[in-house]
Amino acid sequence: MKLSYARAVSLALSEAMVADDRVFVLGEDVAHGGAYGATVGLLDRFGPARVRDTPISEAAIVGYSVGASLAGMRPVAEIMHMDFIACAMDQVVNQAAKVRYMSGGKASAPLVIRAGTGGWLSAAAQHSQSLEAWFTHVPGIKVVSSGTPADARAVLRAAIADDNPVLVIESLSLYEGQDEVPEGAPAYRLGTADLKRRGDDVSIVTWGAMVPRVLEAATTLDAEGVHAEVIDLVTLRPWDVDAVLESVARTNRAVVVHQAYRHGGFGAEIAATVAERAFDHLDAPVARVGSLDVPVPFSPPLEEYVLPTAARVVDAVRAMA
Amino acid sequence: MPASLDELLRMYRTMVLIRQAEERLVQLFAAGNMPGFIHSYIGEEATAVGVCGALRPDDYITSTHRGHGHIIAKGGDLGLFFAELYGKATGYCRGKGGSMHVTDMDLGILGANGIVGAGIPIAAGAALACRMQGVDRVAVSFLGDGATDIGVFHEALNMASLWEVPAVFVCENNGYADFMSRATHQKIERVSDRAASYAMPGVTVDGNDVEAVRDAATEAVARARSGGGPTLLECVTYRWRGHYEGDPQPYRTSDEVEEWKRRDPITTAEERLRAAGALDDAARGAIRDEAVAAIDQAVAEAEAAPMPSPEDALEDVYVDLVEEGW
Repeated sequence: MKLSYARAVSLALSEAMVADDRVFVLGEDVAHGGAYGATVGLLDRFGPARVRDTPISEAAIVGYSVGASLAGMRPVAEIMHMDFIACAMDQVVNQAAKVRYMSGGKASAPLVIRAGTGGWLSAAAQHSQSLEAWFTHVPGIKVVSSGTPADARAVLRAAIADDNPVLVIESLSLYEGQDEVPEGAPAYRLGTADLKRRGDDVSIVTWGAMVPRVLEAATTLDAEGVHAEVIDLVTLRPWDVDAVLESVARTNRAVVVHQAYRHGGFGAEIAATVAERAFDHLDAPVARVGSLDVPVPFSPPLEEYVLPTAARVVDAVRAMA
Repeated sequence: MPASLDELLRMYRTMVLIRQAEERLVQLFAAGNMPGFIHSYIGEEATAVGVCGALRPDDYITSTHRGHGHIIAKGGDLGLFFAELYGKATGYCRGKGGSMHVTDMDLGILGANGIVGAGIPIAAGAALACRMQGVDRVAVSFLGDGATDIGVFHEALNMASLWEVPAVFVCENNGYADFMSRATHQKIERVSDRAASYAMPGVTVDGNDVEAVRDAATEAVARARSGGGPTLLECVTYRWRGHYEGDPQPYRTSDEVEEWKRRDPITTAEERLRAAGALDDAARGAIRDEAVAAIDQAVAEAEAAPMPSPEDALEDVYVDLVEEGW
């Protein structure tokens, strides 16, 4: 079936709610379908007890989710824009991510936080950030992403089924894009990368909104005789180190591409790991492509300049030759 | 319904146990036997005991950095408790939590907390879960007067009121937020005044009167359990010791502390029991001895227990993953 990314998310939510009575959604405007339409139809189908509009209270949205999950529920909280998660940081970082550890394994908080992420919305500096590195840094929470409608559905189902707190990064710039979503029940195992394109000349590791852009870059490079392998990491914590190292051992070149700021981005962790563990396989230094290190600006030419593009990925690969 | 004499005696016994446990902890800490730092609950026993006296074993609580009294009042195991404070493998949290993170899911203790106010939405979320599951359990969040200044207190109470979750927010107003007296951190006269903003009942009681606390908590818990929504219950009490052990306390006078010690919640309960003929010197001594014996045993077991293996640090991060060591 052909679905938009947003519809794939609402499909996953409704499938999870049918499969498991413990699953409920909460967040700002979710009963109204959500600001970007990811929860359309859920209220009619599941009622207000399981599709809960909240006040504009991010800390309480996550805090209630922690408490409800400790008490046996499977809350799925929506944070409209990932930037707003700053208001809930204590509950994510000090509570959800730590409760299992601090209790010596006695308590678990299987909650999901869906965060609308990233730019190309002309939404300026407080509605456009990709802040995944804040969370991949913290032990105790899993971090996942998706760059296609099919993955959005499969990843969200897996996140809801997982017994740990999971942060799901959803790419708002991809929300309207339609693509094929398989009919059958999706199967994704958290922690595994997805090989989006096979190639022998360079390994490009990416995730989220950059997936289609990197695939576009790979097509351009093909025409130049450079065959790029595109690894969609999908899960950022725990990430699939083996898949990346195996690929780099074959291609001898690695580029990491993410929408987040380059400085201190999660790409740095991947680059460092490749340098530590695959140094002898490398024919060139690991390259990183990310957002320029400025806040995401409003005006379209400014934003287009700051965020990474397919052309920049192509340039980065060409520079390694 | 007021507490029966039996119930008062039971609560008295628990208050004595908390006091004795806390006094022992203070000694052990001063002797250098305890890692980290501890926040003593001495002087506030009537609040934990009165509130937990209104709860069923399957009700939930969230606790605070000053949480020892809540854990013991909710029925916590002294052996597991002391072992945890010693950082032992046999402790409540296998030595990973310590004083500020004691958790007992079997007793509905969803965790003490090192972040002021953080347990408030967690208790409210557990209360929401109870409501959604159609069970008549309630959740209590213990919090200090300082916690009513943090944003999540207001977010959580607003949502609790809106959703009528079966929660009771118990503010232990012990007069100080860290080193700051109430007058320097809040302008309102009563913490319970804040309930008005959330259209929920706000009640202030003498937090050193275990029966008054128990009665007010019973009413609030009954309201929550029957679908009547949350309550903000302020228990006015006093922290006898510093914010943490070793706090030099330049911010208050010893006269003030002595004045509050004359309002000792344990003495108050004891006088009532004596007046009713339910307690004499012998019984009083026996209750104290029983508490001391239980603590002696818990401390001895904790001291004899093994420390965790260093690599145990890698477990319990995720349900299904173990982190890599060096």
